[in-house]
Amino acid sequence: MFFDSFSELFAMGGHAPYVWAAWGVTAALLLGTVIHARAERRQLLRQLKRRVRRESRLAGRSVGTQPIQTSRGGGTNEA
Amino acid sequence: MWALINKLRSPKWFYGISARLQPWFWTAALILIAIGTVWGLAFAPADYQQGNSFRIIYVHVPAAFLAQSIFVSMAISAVVFMVWKIKICDMAAAMMAPLGAAMTFIALFSGAVWGMPTWGTWWMWDARLTSMLILLFLYLGVIALRGAFTSRDSASRAASVLAMVGVINIPIIKYSVDWWYTLHQPATFTITGRAAMPLEMWLPLLIMVLGFYSFFIALTLTRTRSEILRREANKRWVRELAEEAP
Repeated sequence: MFFDSFSELFAMGGHAPYVWAAWGVTAALLLGTVIHARAERRQLLRQLKRRVRRESRLAGRSVGTQPIQTSRGGGTNEA
Repeated sequence: MWALINKLRSPKWFYGISARLQPWFWTAALILIAIGTVWGLAFAPADYQQGNSFRIIYVHVPAAFLAQSIFVSMAISAVVFMVWKIKICDMAAAMMAPLGAAMTFIALFSGAVWGMPTWGTWWMWDARLTSMLILLFLYLGVIALRGAFTSRDSASRAASVLAMVGVINIPIIKYSVDWWYTLHQPATFTITGRAAMPLEMWLPLLIMVLGFYSFFIALTLTRTRSEILRREANKRWVRELAEEAP
């Protein structure tokens, strides 16, 4: 290591506020970007799944349990 | 080239190939940035004039490189989208803009906190700094344009035109340090020649730059896949995919 101790590493030879501010902002933005991308994908998949399920139910080709299927299926037939 | 362009017409093909590519780029980004961070912060020698504030270079330069490269990628995607009507390029371009804005912000911010101990000022209205600020506004303009239309086609076309016109700013940024008198030093880092810097300072910077580029590719692949789910939600293969998803 270039520094003699970890406290010297943190002190950055008196330039600590500048160095750590620059690295901190960078780390926060990179991490935030990754977290956002993961949440975005998970949310889209959940929405899509819900939509596909709802539409297939409306179309009357649900594969749910028997009582639900008959009641909902009956509902769409009447309408 | 033509084979690739024809394949890109199929979002389904892209969705499959990007699934196989993205773990490699995410892994490369993680490893390279981790090594570059430890090396740059703790092991690289301090600059004999600037002391340890010089370590800001390891985030400043990769971010500034990426800020410009992302805009060029966006402009190229815009051309391919406009000329060959390839939707996937428009999706990728839309996903690149926020990362480009973030990188431009990092370059400006790290430059400001580097400028204080080095030049004695946070900000100067000189050519390099101002043209980078314009780049940030161009990114924000592209993002705003995409949100400003109710029709997706109009939004895509408007954002593509701004990306294609705005790319003229990139050579201005690059040559600003040669054309005008500025505080900002000329390029100290090039891939080809490394005379301006000793090897033990240059190597961690190279690793960091490569890490940032891997991050950009990985994130663009991941987010373009999300954008496909968003825009192609009515396609049968996307619905089948949603049913299989856990």
